[in-house]
Amino acid sequence: MADAEFLSRIQFGFVISFHVLFPAFSIGLASWLAFIEAMWLRSRSDLWRDLYFFWLKIFAVVFGMGVVSGIVMSFQFGTNWARLSEQAGGILGPLLSYEVLTAFFLEATFLGVMLFGWRKVSDRTHFLATCMVALGTLVSSFWILSASSWMHTPAGHQFIDGSYQPVDWWAVIFNPSFPYRLTHMVLAAFITTAFVVGGSAAIYLLRGRWQDKAQVMLRCAVAFIAIVVPLQIVAGDLHGLNVREHQPAKLAAIEARWETETHVPLTLFAWPDEAAETNRYAVDVPYLGSLILTHSLDGEVKGLKDFAPGDRPPVKPVFFAFRVMVGLGFAMLGLAAWGLLLWWRGRLFTQRGFLRVFAAMLPAGFVAVLAGWYVTEIGRQPWVIYGLMRTRDAFSGVDLVSVAISLTSFVVVYAIVFGFGIWYLYRLFAAGPKQAPPRVEPEATPARPLSAAPPVGENA
Amino acid sequence: MSLQEVLPVVWFFIIGFGVLMYVLLDGFVLGLGILSPFADDEHQRDLMMNTAAPIWDGNETWLVLGGVGLFAAFPKAYSLLLSALYLPILLMVIALIFRGVAFEFRFKAERSRWVWGAAFHLGSLAAAFAQGVILGALVEGMPLKEGKYVEGALGWFSPFAMLTGVALIFGYALLGATWLILKTEGRVQRIAFDLTRPLMMIVICCMFLVSVSLPFLDSQLMQRWFTLPNFLYLSPVPLLTAANAVALWFAVTRNRELAPFVLSLSFFGLGFLGLVLGVWPNIVPPHLSIWQAAAPVSSLNFTLVGTAIMLPAVLAYTAYSYRVFRGKVSEGAGYH
Repeated sequence: MADAEFLSRIQFGFVISFHVLFPAFSIGLASWLAFIEAMWLRSRSDLWRDLYFFWLKIFAVVFGMGVVSGIVMSFQFGTNWARLSEQAGGILGPLLSYEVLTAFFLEATFLGVMLFGWRKVSDRTHFLATCMVALGTLVSSFWILSASSWMHTPAGHQFIDGSYQPVDWWAVIFNPSFPYRLTHMVLAAFITTAFVVGGSAAIYLLRGRWQDKAQVMLRCAVAFIAIVVPLQIVAGDLHGLNVREHQPAKLAAIEARWETETHVPLTLFAWPDEAAETNRYAVDVPYLGSLILTHSLDGEVKGLKDFAPGDRPPVKPVFFAFRVMVGLGFAMLGLAAWGLLLWWRGRLFTQRGFLRVFAAMLPAGFVAVLAGWYVTEIGRQPWVIYGLMRTRDAFSGVDLVSVAISLTSFVVVYAIVFGFGIWYLYRLFAAGPKQAPPRVEPEATPARPLSAAPPVGENA
Repeated sequence: MSLQEVLPVVWFFIIGFGVLMYVLLDGFVLGLGILSPFADDEHQRDLMMNTAAPIWDGNETWLVLGGVGLFAAFPKAYSLLLSALYLPILLMVIALIFRGVAFEFRFKAERSRWVWGAAFHLGSLAAAFAQGVILGALVEGMPLKEGKYVEGALGWFSPFAMLTGVALIFGYALLGATWLILKTEGRVQRIAFDLTRPLMMIVICCMFLVSVSLPFLDSQLMQRWFTLPNFLYLSPVPLLTAANAVALWFAVTRNRELAPFVLSLSFFGLGFLGLVLGVWPNIVPPHLSIWQAAAPVSSLNFTLVGTAIMLPAVLAYTAYSYRVFRGKVSEGAGYH
C-alpha cells in the first residue's frame, strides 16, 4: 500500500490538518482584536488596552504558524499533485492569485504595523491596520474556499484540450457549494476563537486571577456563542442539503446509509461494515433521517449501494468524524444556553461547574473544525475534482523515496515547530493579560529620517 | 497579434516582476539571517532582526505571488518545475518555515533562544542555497521527452546549480549587509561596512563564473548571449552591471549609507535581467515556451484584471509600511 501516491495523500492530509487549525484560529482572533481595539478607542479604558496587547501576542504566534504552514500548501499542489495543477491550473491558479493579491499582502503588511507600529502611528491608524488584517483574513477565506468548493462542486468550466477552462467566472467562483461552505467555515473559525477566549477566561476565574479582564472575556464569549452557535447549526443543516443535492455519495457515507430509501431513520451510532455493506450495532431513530436530511418525513436518501464500490468514499472516518463534529456542536449549544441562564441569574462568574466545563471545552472548536474538515475532504473521495478527476489521477508521479523524505521531514519539522509554538502559546496564556506597555505618543519625526516627509497620514 | 500571443508575454513579465521583488525584498532579509553570526552578541542580533521584523512577512509574500502566478498563468510550467525540483523545493520550504517562525519564537523564548537564533541563520542559509539551486537548474534547462521530465529525482543536481546556490547565498548576504548599513548605527553598521567589500568581490567572482559557464550549458541561453549580433544588442546589460559594481564600490568606500543598498538592489536587478533575457521566450528552457505552457485566455484575462487593480494597491501600501518603519532602528525599540 505504501506507494508514492499513498504517501502523498498522507502528507497532504497531515500538512493541511495543521494548516486548517491555525488560520481558523487567526480568522477569529483578527476580528476579536478589531473588536477589542474598537472598544478601547470608545472607552479609552486600560482594561481593553491590556486585553488587546495580550491577544495580540497570541495572534502573532498563531499567525506566524499559519503563514509558514501556508507556504507549504502553496507549493504542495505542484510538487505532489502536478496533474491536478496542470489540468485545473487555469481555474485554481487565478483564484489563488486573487487570494494572494487581495488578502495575503494586506494581512502581511498591516500585521507589521499592528505588531510594531503602535509607537509610530496614531491610534486611529493603528485601529485601521487591525481592521485591514481582519479584513484580509476574511477575504482570504473567501478565495480559498471558493477554490476548494469548485473542486467539490465544479461549475462554469469546459474540458478542452486536456484541461479545465473557465467559461463563466461568476459560476466558477460562486459554484453551488461555495456559499454554504464559506458561511460554515467562517462561523466555525469565529466559534473556535470564542471558545478559546471563554475557556481561558473560565480558567482565570477558577484560579482567581485577572478577575476583571476574565469577566469581560467570558461575557463576550458567552454572548457570542449564544448567537452564533445556533446560526452555525442552521448553516450546517443547509450545507447538508447542498451535499445531498451535489454529493449524494458523501451524504450516504456521512449517515452510513446503504440502501436508497424513503422514510429513513437517523443512525445515531453504528459500526459501519463496508465489506458486508451494512451497519452493526446501529442505534436508529425512525423518520428522523428523512426529516433532517430532506426536511420531510418521507424524503428519499440515496444509499451507498447505488454507487459502484470504486466510487464510494471510505465510510467509517466520514461517519465518525461527522458525529464528533455534530456532537460538539450540540454540546456548544448546551453550554451557550447554560451560560445565558447563569448570566440571567447573575451567577455567570461564580458557578464553578459551568466554568470547569467551559475550560474543558476550550479546544472544542479545533476538534470540530478538524472533524468537519475530514468529513468534507474524505467524503469527496475518490474524487479530487468531484465526478471529474480521481485523486489517483492527480498525482505527479514523483518517486517513492522523494515523497518518503518529504513526509518524514514535514512530520519532524512540524513536531518541532508546532510543538514549540504551542508551548509558547501556553506560556502566554499562563502569564495572562498583564498590563500593556505604557502609551507613548507617536514619534513626530524619527531621529534621523530618511525623508523629510511629515508624519504619515491614514492613507491605508 | 491575438490575445493568445500577447497575454503570455504580459504574464511572463508580471511573474518576472514578482520574482524580482521577492529576490530583492526577501533577499535582504535572508541576507540578515546569513550574516547573523557576525553579530558580537545577542543584542546586536536582536537589532539586526528588528530592522526587518515589521516587514519580512510582506516581503516573503512575493514568493507566494510568484508561485500562484505561475500556477495561474503557466500551469504546465508550474506542475513540471515543482515536481521536477521536488527536493530543492522541499529544502526551501522547510528552511523558510524555520526562518519565519524564528522572528516570533526568538523573542518569546528564554532558554531555547539560541535554538531560534540558529534556526534564523541556518534557515536563511538553506533557503538561499535552495533558491539558487532552483534558479540554476532552471537556467541550465530541463529537457523534456514527450512533454515529461525524465531526469529523475536528482536531475537538478549539477556543478552549475551548486555554483548558483552558493552565489545566491553571497548575493543575499550583500543585500543584507547594505540594508544594515542603511538601517543601523554604531557597531552593527561598522560590521556591515566591513563585510560589504569582501562580499562584493565574491559576488563579482560568482557572476563571472556563472557567465562563463553559460556557453557550456544545454539550454538556449548561450545561443542568445554569445551570437552576433545579439551580443551587441545585449551588451548594455553586462556594461551597466560593471558600471554598477564600480559605483557600489565607491559608495562603500565613501561610507555612504543609502547608496550601497540602492546600488546592490540595482546590481541584483541587472543580473536578474540578464538571466530573464537569456531564458526568454521559454518558461522552462529549453523546450517549453511561454505560449506552450500558458493557461487558457479566459484565465489569463481574469487574473490580469485583478492584478492590474490590486498590484498598484499592494505596492502603495507596501511603500506606506516602509515609510512607517523608516529611519534607523535603535536598540530596545523592539518588540510589541
